[in-house]
Amino acid sequence: MQHTIAVLVENEFGVLSRVAGLFSGRGFNIDSLSVAPTNDESISRMTIVTRGDEQILEQINKQLNKLIDVIKVIDYTDESAIEREMALIKVTAEEESRAEVLRIVDIFRAKIIDVTPKSYTIEATGAPAKIDAILELLRPLGLKELVRTGPVAIGRGAKGWKG
Amino acid sequence: MKMNGARILLECLKMEGVDTVFGYPGGTVINLYDELFTFKEIRHILPRHEQAGVHAADGYARATGKVGVAIATSGPGATNTVTGIATAYMDSIPLVVITGQVPTALIGNDAFQEVDIIGITRPCTKHNFLVRDVKELAAIVKKAFYIARSGRPGPVLIDLPKDVQIAISEFKYPDSVDIRGYKPTIEGHPKQVEKAVSLLLGAKRPVIYVGGGVISSDAAAELTELARSLGTPVTTTLMGLGAFPENDPLSLGLLGMHGTYYANMAMTNSDLIVAVGARFDDRVTGKIATFAPHAKIIHIDVDPTSIKKNVRVDLPIVGDVKDVLTRMLKVVEEQDRVEEFRAGLAPWLDEIAGWKAKHPITYKQPASTIKPQYVIQKLRELSDADAIIATDVGQHQMWTAQFFGFTRPRTLLSSGGLGTMGYGLPAAMGAQAAFPKRQVIAVCGDGGFQMNLQELATLVQNRLPVKIVILNNNFLGMVRQWQELFFEKRYSSTCLELPIDFIKLAEAYGAKGFQATKPDEVEKVIREGFKASGPVIMEFKVAREEKVLPMVPAGASLNEMVLNA
Repeated sequence: MQHTIAVLVENEFGVLSRVAGLFSGRGFNIDSLSVAPTNDESISRMTIVTRGDEQILEQINKQLNKLIDVIKVIDYTDESAIEREMALIKVTAEEESRAEVLRIVDIFRAKIIDVTPKSYTIEATGAPAKIDAILELLRPLGLKELVRTGPVAIGRGAKGWKG
Repeated sequence: MKMNGARILLECLKMEGVDTVFGYPGGTVINLYDELFTFKEIRHILPRHEQAGVHAADGYARATGKVGVAIATSGPGATNTVTGIATAYMDSIPLVVITGQVPTALIGNDAFQEVDIIGITRPCTKHNFLVRDVKELAAIVKKAFYIARSGRPGPVLIDLPKDVQIAISEFKYPDSVDIRGYKPTIEGHPKQVEKAVSLLLGAKRPVIYVGGGVISSDAAAELTELARSLGTPVTTTLMGLGAFPENDPLSLGLLGMHGTYYANMAMTNSDLIVAVGARFDDRVTGKIATFAPHAKIIHIDVDPTSIKKNVRVDLPIVGDVKDVLTRMLKVVEEQDRVEEFRAGLAPWLDEIAGWKAKHPITYKQPASTIKPQYVIQKLRELSDADAIIATDVGQHQMWTAQFFGFTRPRTLLSSGGLGTMGYGLPAAMGAQAAFPKRQVIAVCGDGGFQMNLQELATLVQNRLPVKIVILNNNFLGMVRQWQELFFEKRYSSTCLELPIDFIKLAEAYGAKGFQATKPDEVEKVIREGFKASGPVIMEFKVAREEKVLPMVPAGASLNEMVLNA
């Protein structure tokens, strides 16, 4: 089962290594991880997508909480959350496919951010499933390079993580 | 008051009540050692290897309950501490280890004696700190001690660059500490405690399974009171030995791989296990799938990650063991069905008595060769009631656990989780430094003893009269036992063929040596060794191929014990 976990950590050096080391040392999976400071500069926020059965996920949550630099762990699986991911996609776009790429970009409300006579570079944003979908359509046209940020997640509703 | 970083560190240690540190000087701690030279409030003991220094601090911590402190220089000094730190981490022992580091400007440059000790020790410390500014130093030391001793205790490392030791700052020790990401749960939830008592009083075949948490939270008295008031049998892990007196009829002794037949049978046939400060280690549970198949499990632990890590738990209680047991005792007092419950346990206690009678922990002592178990039994008879026993790792460790009969907490110092050979002698050294007047005995095999025998020098130099018992079988006995049982006696690299003259060795260091080769010499050697002043080696030439039994083979169920082989 895939889970998205938000981890609020002290914005100090070595914290990423503590979290990554915890996952590798205990054999937990990381499907994706993104991290950046929050509105409170002393706190960074990681979004980790991981997998495992209920027992493993419980351990992941507890082990993360056990790290001294971890301030809060939010497991979004049981909660309503919004997930968004960005992808930068370089596709082949020669005469016959240029229009098709544009149509796909339009349908997915993506953007062309770089153009050459032979390629388009696309910026696409959305839930991970939406990124998967646009990639599926672009792949047959010639995908040259792909960068995904991995999802970031935030809870729905008026409350912030502090409540 | 303004002072340099080295002095600030020492002032902080003093504020934390540190009276003894174990440390080894070097280039990046030379400034610290210069301050130590005139700092009379702290006793510094110089081991002969940094690993031994950390084990000594660990032995000091286990024997006293205080935070042990060790110092090492950067690079090789720091890497030598790692085994000691990992040992303490696995057994939840509070330590603060201070390492020197190259000056901040050189960090990352592959400078002389530079190593990323923060990176190396990240997975085997509870937390670690690199001090980058002298202004942060006092607050970091305060945090380090708080983290080391609170919640589930553990080692904390402070990496202190040379320039930070030299830099001048105002010294002010913080009064309090607040770490927003670290708020250990101490108080057990009252509702959970009530449920636990109610579950317990509904049981017909209960067992209390006790781990090192009872010792680290100083809750042996509460545990003993609870077990006795409920007439419920108690088994302990290696780390829990001493938490419940083994001479009590309710004691089942050690459980697990080399546990007693009756402890393992009681666990397997139990309908309720109360796990107190224990973590269901694989050496305790055997095959998880068949572990205690009929039992509901109540798990009391200060560390939430220990709960449901290895086994299913029916009722978790997160909290300090002492707090939870105190609450349980109160709830038990209010119950009117305790007498009825105790009466209902009679058939269960009878069944256990039957197992005890059928397969007691025993051995046969022939006239010709010394059985190692006999030495342990004699040690128990002849040692002081409050003697502290440190062990190394291997067969002698298990025989000590089986035959010594521990009755007091903090009297057994042993590397349980990591299983560190070489631990025993330096750990005994640390305990002796803490308790100069008490009898401290290091029980070692000939293998483990040789891993840190250089500490004989430290013992003699510092007048630490540790009594070293070597059960010499010229084998790495535990591995040999596995090779005998599971590898058709192919004794690959386990025979320590070279006969060592341990008496001469003792004398070379200025200690005394005694040797027994026959059973009728054992008692005499122990008496002489105990009577002699100063550190002593007592060597016992024991039956070479004696095995530790019973034994649950790795991966087998707890009730599938090899009893005679």
